[in-house]
Amino acid sequence: MSTGTTKLDVLVSDVVPVNELVTRFHFRRRDGELLPTFSGGAHVVVEMRDGERTRLNPYSLMGSPLDTREYTISVRRDDAGRGGSLFMHRQVRPGTEMVVSYPVNLFSLDLRARKHLMLAGGIGITPFMAQTAQLAAEGGNFELHYTCRTASLGTYADLLRERYDRRVRLYHDDRDERVDLDRLLSSQPLGTHLYVCGPSGMIGWVRERAAALGWPPETVHFEHFAAPQPGAPFDVTLALSGKTIRVDEQQSLLEAIEAAGVDPPYLCRGGVCGQCETNVISHDGKFIHNDHWLSEEDHRSGCKIMPCVSRFEGRSLVLER
Amino acid sequence: MGITFRKETFRDDFTFRNSPEHIRRFPFPFHEDSYMYAVNIEPHVVGPKGSVLENLIDVDEHYVAEMQDRALVLAEDPLRCQSLPHMTLAGWDLLELLMEQQALGYPEHFMLIRDGDRWRWINRPLGIDDSFTFGDVSTLPYGPMEYITRQSQGDFCILDQRDGNLWMDAGMVTTQADWSLDFDIGMNFFEWHAPVPLAHEKGIFVRALKFLTNIQQGKPARRLNWTMTINPRLDTSPENYHKWGPDRATVTPENVGDKVHLRVELQSFWRLPRSNAIVFPIRCYLIKMDELVTQPKWARRLHRVIRDLPEELATYKGLTRYRPTLVEWLSKLDDGSATSAGFGPD
Repeated sequence: MSTGTTKLDVLVSDVVPVNELVTRFHFRRRDGELLPTFSGGAHVVVEMRDGERTRLNPYSLMGSPLDTREYTISVRRDDAGRGGSLFMHRQVRPGTEMVVSYPVNLFSLDLRARKHLMLAGGIGITPFMAQTAQLAAEGGNFELHYTCRTASLGTYADLLRERYDRRVRLYHDDRDERVDLDRLLSSQPLGTHLYVCGPSGMIGWVRERAAALGWPPETVHFEHFAAPQPGAPFDVTLALSGKTIRVDEQQSLLEAIEAAGVDPPYLCRGGVCGQCETNVISHDGKFIHNDHWLSEEDHRSGCKIMPCVSRFEGRSLVLER
Repeated sequence: MGITFRKETFRDDFTFRNSPEHIRRFPFPFHEDSYMYAVNIEPHVVGPKGSVLENLIDVDEHYVAEMQDRALVLAEDPLRCQSLPHMTLAGWDLLELLMEQQALGYPEHFMLIRDGDRWRWINRPLGIDDSFTFGDVSTLPYGPMEYITRQSQGDFCILDQRDGNLWMDAGMVTTQADWSLDFDIGMNFFEWHAPVPLAHEKGIFVRALKFLTNIQQGKPARRLNWTMTINPRLDTSPENYHKWGPDRATVTPENVGDKVHLRVELQSFWRLPRSNAIVFPIRCYLIKMDELVTQPKWARRLHRVIRDLPEELATYKGLTRYRPTLVEWLSKLDDGSATSAGFGPD
């Protein structure tokens, strides 16, 4: 019925380098009005117009949901990525006009929780910035365990310590500090909910240990945004719209479909929400599935693909689009 | 020009009526001469002037009387309004939505003045002028959901979203078509829809849930639902079945036009920003047969729909007992000529 969400015309009001990898961007509405209210854990999709190419990447909102004068996101530079983060780091300046989506929350707090136990790894800290601000304002009970590579790459670690003191625990890889996960998960009061955001390996580890220690699945919340990976170019036929398109090395399949004037629905653009799921009519080649939505069986069947993050290598691919 | 609010009742002497302008704007729910379930959901965007969609939250000539009826229901049965402890934030979301929409659509009747979290709300039809602190429950006479839904037409269910499902965790329900918030509170989407016939087989609820859990902020959606009610009674709840159930045995060929009402629900679905919950307003519109048949197209079409309705649906909607009498009465107004496409009168 609808493609994505309503759009907001914004202006970059500030660009703040946070450390050698991460830069923070502040957005305000061009018309001077307040931005829509959001809930902790929400993301926006940022449209990046880079010459002829348009990239759309999701970023968690990290400001306080109580302050809607501006939205803030933090972007980690990925030198091997498709260029979205490099575009943000190199070309976006205060005063740049951009378009972002309305907020969407696929990593919502469970407000029934008696306690919120949060585990962050690296840039996965960003949704927790908003969630802790929301909970702190309501007198909510939370505890954050944050793992980063080094102290200097511990994005917002000092700020979080300053705001929440002993409710924040830091772990540094270069000092061999590691969360004692089993002990942490075994010592929580009844009614605790667990939230994890970080690298895939970390999310897998935490979910596996939580399950093994008897945490009910509905109390374990996680968010991985798989950024679309670059790869070899390939050709695709869109059967319903009668078009044949080329997906460039630095382009996602979804972006290539959109560039051809076809608008599939989407929300997360990170392989988790399921909106852009697309049927495969025929194929001769190999899928590179990168999503967290389809089942392994779906992946093996060769009948479905998530074009936001997955790619293809081979002779031909025909999609029902 | 403001709305002239009617003085009328939805119980005892049943003085509820629609003015001629309100008959024309009635949300007649049949776009063709037959009816079957479908996932009839569309974007909730502003519609034509003079229709119930002119504003996204509709206020009409029955506003004051409906709010008085709600207060009577709540005085007898406070459990019609319930909010589980984790739903207070969603209540504030709803208060903001309804105050903003009512003030936007009807500035001559409602006014909202915001200064940070210090708000002032003026509701002229009900004679209310309250100042309060947004987010501070102690500054309002009721919880935020109860406060604002005592001033807003229609029932409101607030659905918490978690585990890929929706949970009926708060609501104000006093104008319902035979269902009970007190019974359904805490249930999930499949549990509270369990009694609906036919739709499960069609996979409608699975698709509807998928759609609803993906409703986005700033993009509300809507659908129409319908049933029939004897006498213009808003509160047809299971709790009060003993008061309205027997009415269905009172329909005679002489009183069909006055007693039988088409009851249409305009249901809308909105994502709430702070709580990430969904609010589901169910706005009830009533029209008696005598009023409805002043539009010849509606008379012909309603005759065909009711005559051909599958038995299971007629039973579920509680029409069985008086359906033959109603169909016979309507048949006299159906000359068999074609009806134009679409909902509106000719």
